[in-house]
Amino acid sequence: MSLVVENIRKRFSTHPALDGVSFTVPQGAFVALLGPSGSGKTTLLRILGGLEYPDDGVVRFADLNWLTVPARERRAGFVFQHYALFRYMTVAQNIAFGLSVRPRRERPSRAQIGRRVESLLGLVQLEGLGKRYPSQLSGGQRQRVALARALAIEPRMLLLDEPFGALDAKVRKDLRGWLRSLHERLGITSIFVTHDQEEAFAIADLVAVMNAGKVEQYGTPQEVRAAPKTPFVADFLDHGGMDASRL
Amino acid sequence: MTTAAPRATGWRKPGVLPGFKLSLGFTLFYLSLIVLIPLAALFLRPWTLGLGGFWAEVTSPRVLAALKLSFGAAAIAAAINSILGLVIAWTMVRYRFPFKRLVDALVDLPLALPTAVAGIALGALYGPHEWLGAPLLAYGIKVAYTPLGIIVALTFIGLPFVVRTLQPVIAELGMDAEEAAATLGASRLQTFIRVIFPTLAPALLTGTVLAFARAVGEYGSVIFIAGNLPMVSEIAPLLIIIKLEQYDYAGAAAIAVAMLTVSLAIVLPLNIIQARLSARR
Amino acid sequence: MTPRRPTEDPVAARFCLIAATIGIVFLFLIMPLAVVFSQAAAKGGAALLASLSDEDTLSAVRLTLVVAAIAVPCNLVFGICAAWTISKYDFRGKAVLISLIDLPFSVSPVISGLVFVLIFGMQGWFGPWLREHEIRIIFALPGIVLATIFVTFPFVARELIPLMTDQGRDEEEAAISLGATGLQAFFRVTLPNIKWGLLYGVLLCNARAMGEFGAVSVVSGHIRGQTNTMPLQVEVLYNDYNFVAAFAVASILALLALITLALKSVLEWRYADEIAATHRH
Repeated sequence: MSLVVENIRKRFSTHPALDGVSFTVPQGAFVALLGPSGSGKTTLLRILGGLEYPDDGVVRFADLNWLTVPARERRAGFVFQHYALFRYMTVAQNIAFGLSVRPRRERPSRAQIGRRVESLLGLVQLEGLGKRYPSQLSGGQRQRVALARALAIEPRMLLLDEPFGALDAKVRKDLRGWLRSLHERLGITSIFVTHDQEEAFAIADLVAVMNAGKVEQYGTPQEVRAAPKTPFVADFLDHGGMDASRL
Repeated sequence: MTTAAPRATGWRKPGVLPGFKLSLGFTLFYLSLIVLIPLAALFLRPWTLGLGGFWAEVTSPRVLAALKLSFGAAAIAAAINSILGLVIAWTMVRYRFPFKRLVDALVDLPLALPTAVAGIALGALYGPHEWLGAPLLAYGIKVAYTPLGIIVALTFIGLPFVVRTLQPVIAELGMDAEEAAATLGASRLQTFIRVIFPTLAPALLTGTVLAFARAVGEYGSVIFIAGNLPMVSEIAPLLIIIKLEQYDYAGAAAIAVAMLTVSLAIVLPLNIIQARLSARR
Repeated sequence: MTPRRPTEDPVAARFCLIAATIGIVFLFLIMPLAVVFSQAAAKGGAALLASLSDEDTLSAVRLTLVVAAIAVPCNLVFGICAAWTISKYDFRGKAVLISLIDLPFSVSPVISGLVFVLIFGMQGWFGPWLREHEIRIIFALPGIVLATIFVTFPFVARELIPLMTDQGRDEEEAAISLGATGLQAFFRVTLPNIKWGLLYGVLLCNARAMGEFGAVSVVSGHIRGQTNTMPLQVEVLYNDYNFVAAFAVASILALLALITLALKSVLEWRYADEIAATHRH
């Protein structure tokens, strides 16, 4: 069940956001879309999640023409940069949401939903906080709720948009290590967007360095660091402060 | 900038701008003269009847009927307005359609139009031989000279309140929560009911309460369509006027005090609920 | 074919809501307007003009203009003063002051008129004294002016208070530090900053002042040719079954309302920032 992205193009009214993006994500891989703001990485992620549509190109996943599947039906868990938690629902209700909106036939019983919520709360280390409201949680806690909520629907892929962007440095470091270990436990194909190369290299299996709507290089962190393919990549790595042995 | 050291007086923090005493003084003077003293006169008057007399006046059958009608019709009209207002506000913020700017400007018509004009217009629209009255009568629905006519008039009056309270709130809804709900599998309808509506609820409640409060005291747009039969279609403000014409000042004041008190008793708890609902952000 | 974005409502729903919105606006807002103009023109242009040149009607127009010309400036001065007090100084009790200023909004128009009858009417506090000195307040111009001032009291203030609070006092303080007196700061710094908000408030205040019915109805005595404002004249003509004349006067008022709405919209579209549209759309 690999994800195949072929030649995606998208134009906003003033500029091309994506200009022929292609790559393949093996099943279960953890991929980082890395690049400066305006490189198109968030747009690409949103296209994968069904929140935007490209002007051109094909995406295939699990033998499906992915772009013809509406967002509701994709079961692509999306974690937003600013969490997008439902303010008027408790943590437990937020997590249960994806299960509770399923059509009658597919919906688990209340007891089953309750158990699933409990186990997810344990997974994200927020036991006992089910009855709190999002406004009563810290930023790091809210992001974990957002993740639990996305995981509740047993997603086929996990899409994370700068998941730690709104958090401070220490929390970021803790959470990214935790996210990586979570990924190793669950094995879900995951794609996350970041502009922080330290973060990308620390936890991703594959990194796609993006610039101005194109993928400049796609490979493992070691490959990219050791052999930057284009001047942009070399430059970008350089400015991130990483000690890259460049050409 | 200031030459003397500011005194810490307690209730007021001194500043740089002069004229505080003068401007506060004039403000309070004008406020008292025009608003506070007249309202005091209102609240003092019923007691010339004594407590028992006041109570007897307010609970007399005709007065009770008028109060029930005013409050009841206002409540129904406000409820209708909450639905109509939500539809209009949502459509105006989220969709594009022809004449949208015109519609936007017209929504405030009930606020700008003199109530007497609205009154005779509604009378001329819903009367038994008129444009809308005749077809409705064919279906057996009588609007003019019945409580139904009162509800129609009060719905007209309250329309802008819900719309204008909701519009800014809907405009400020970010897309995030709706997108999240979509990725979690919710349909648009489910998203609206479970995610969007709870966010709008406090504003909807505020607008509905405003529409209700306005409708309770409405006079001009109602009396031409109401029929004004005692015990049946006579609103409380009309009864106040009738009492005044009979020089029953105390009785008129008693009804007025009752109206204001009941309004306060209804509006205050609703405002508290609304404040609690919006505190969850 | 671009599929529908997940946060867009289904086409069918959008269509229904837009149709519903246009339907509601047409039914509740446009039809009453249409019936006013149509009834005024029912017997032809000549009859229309004749009714408008009737002596009593003309004196009603004059009275309306005089009342507005007195009430609006009074409330304008007060509104500026109150907004200045609240926005340029720090003191405890601001919230209370603002609530008090808002009081006339929550009072039924009939009650607004009642309070002045209770003070100045025949059996009012000053009734006997006034009769002795042959001063007429109720059933005469002063009463009408007082009642109108009461009901339009908050308009200018409510518009200016948030605007001036938003604008803060930095500029005025800068002016003072450069040597200006308080008055100079006011006229040369504050006034230009609030001019559009002021215009907006005056527009609403005036529309209400000219159109007020309930409160004026109570204090005026309905003396033809003397104490009838235009809205009251509409009622008088309507009750006389002189429908063309009634709707003719109503048409003028409706036209005034439409002009008010148009000006209001223009101000909102072009000067949104400068009328502190925090509670507007």
